[in-house]
Amino acid sequence: MELKFILESLLFSAQKPMSVKELRDVFATAAAAEEAEEAAQALKKVKDDDVVAALEMLASEHEAAARSYRLVCVAGSWQFVTQPEFSPWLKAFVGVKVRPSRLSQPALETLAIIAYRQPVTRAEVEQIRGVNIDGTLQTLLERSLVESVGRAEVVGRPQIYSTTPIFLEYFGLRGLEDLPAADELRRIVIEKPPEPLTVDPGLATAAPEQLMLEKTEVGGGAAETPQS
Amino acid sequence: MVLTLPTEPPRLKVFQFMAEYKVQFEVFEGPLDLLLYLIRKEEVDIYEVNLTTLATQFIAHIDLMREFDLEIAGEFLVMASTLMYIKSRELLPVDQQVLVEGEDEGEDPRWELIRQLVEYKKFKDAAAQLQVREAAQENIFPRLPGKIEFVAETPAIPSGVSIFELLNAVNVVLQRLAKVESASREIYEDKWTVSEKIEHVLAVLNSRPSVRFDELFENASSRTEVICTFLALLELIRLKQLACTQPEPFDEIEICRAPAVAAPAPPSGELPFVLENPAPANTTPPHSV
Repeated sequence: MELKFILESLLFSAQKPMSVKELRDVFATAAAAEEAEEAAQALKKVKDDDVVAALEMLASEHEAAARSYRLVCVAGSWQFVTQPEFSPWLKAFVGVKVRPSRLSQPALETLAIIAYRQPVTRAEVEQIRGVNIDGTLQTLLERSLVESVGRAEVVGRPQIYSTTPIFLEYFGLRGLEDLPAADELRRIVIEKPPEPLTVDPGLATAAPEQLMLEKTEVGGGAAETPQS
Repeated sequence: MVLTLPTEPPRLKVFQFMAEYKVQFEVFEGPLDLLLYLIRKEEVDIYEVNLTTLATQFIAHIDLMREFDLEIAGEFLVMASTLMYIKSRELLPVDQQVLVEGEDEGEDPRWELIRQLVEYKKFKDAAAQLQVREAAQENIFPRLPGKIEFVAETPAIPSGVSIFELLNAVNVVLQRLAKVESASREIYEDKWTVSEKIEHVLAVLNSRPSVRFDELFENASSRTEVICTFLALLELIRLKQLACTQPEPFDEIEICRAPAVAAPAPPSGELPFVLENPAPANTTPPHSV
């Protein structure tokens, strides 16, 4: 019996999203049963990677089949969800989902900065946004989208903040690496210009090359490879 | 790697003093937002923006806010002064510009501002993408089946009925009867015996596979009759002729023939077999109460 179909059957009847560990526990329990069949025994010690690979294959098969539902992984747990285009009928049938009110623009901006730069202090967020974030941070904390995860080892030992699993659930993200354009926005290393920028007669400011991240990164990587 | 604190001391001070002010001019969430808006209006790349023009527009906008009698947050004023500083520097010919010395070495204010703008812009875009996701999530429904009602491998049949449950059941019957009896004052002769009732119970069970506990007492007219029937029932259970089951806790107790584990009892309930047992000896004392 194929692993992915066993997983499909489990997720089909699951009461809640299932993490890979929970799924593996099921395999262990099934194999431990007295009348366990050979097939169940064989999967007793199935590996995490195999389960994830099978789940991903299952998800892409569902995607390819273009069914009304799909398999998704949110905050590390897998579950079947309906495709968004069927929401008019589902809302009529199941009822409108109970969700807190949508986040305001400032709250979203603050949340985005914390999400990409975590763990981060309030001052760092304020520096990027250029405004005070007292209120919005409070909202995010109250909604458990972010939490304080300790204190930074700098003067004043300010609190540092990170996003919570609720954040991933709220936005339907598999993990932090699933954030849109995550690699670009995480901790951008911006070097100071080697020399003060010269002013051209038109008074326009020349583009600092250091901000062209993709180019510098690619260039640096390419330069190193031939030598090694 | 780690972002350091802003290198502009005045800005930090303003944060502390102006914490209570909140300005929301149109949709601008702060000076950077306003600057991005102005740059977008110019339709130029952030890197190519003319900061001098931008400074003029920014200050014009602040004047406008003042005209509308809006409170202007400290952040806007800090930005205005930064822009004015940049503008004033640019007014000098290149060779006469003071190379920023000492503490500020290499910190061109234009660079700092543009770096900040670019960074802010990226996060603003990221926030917009999050907003799209937020809205999309509202339309996605998870599959949440109801709890499956299978009892995992609990053999339902031998869910035996304890003596207390039987007593409870008979108490209910007796209480019901008590109401009827208290109404009438007639005295009945004790015309029921346990053995008779054993016959009766077995006869009932001959006609059908099982009977509800209540049914056995349906026609009972007196307390004595109920007790006789109950004792008959206990006796038959003791002899493993009958079994009581209860499909679920607190459910109706059901009485059926015991599974044929016991002696190969004659199928059609031959009474002599039962009555020959020392049953009467046991049943009589309580009966006489």
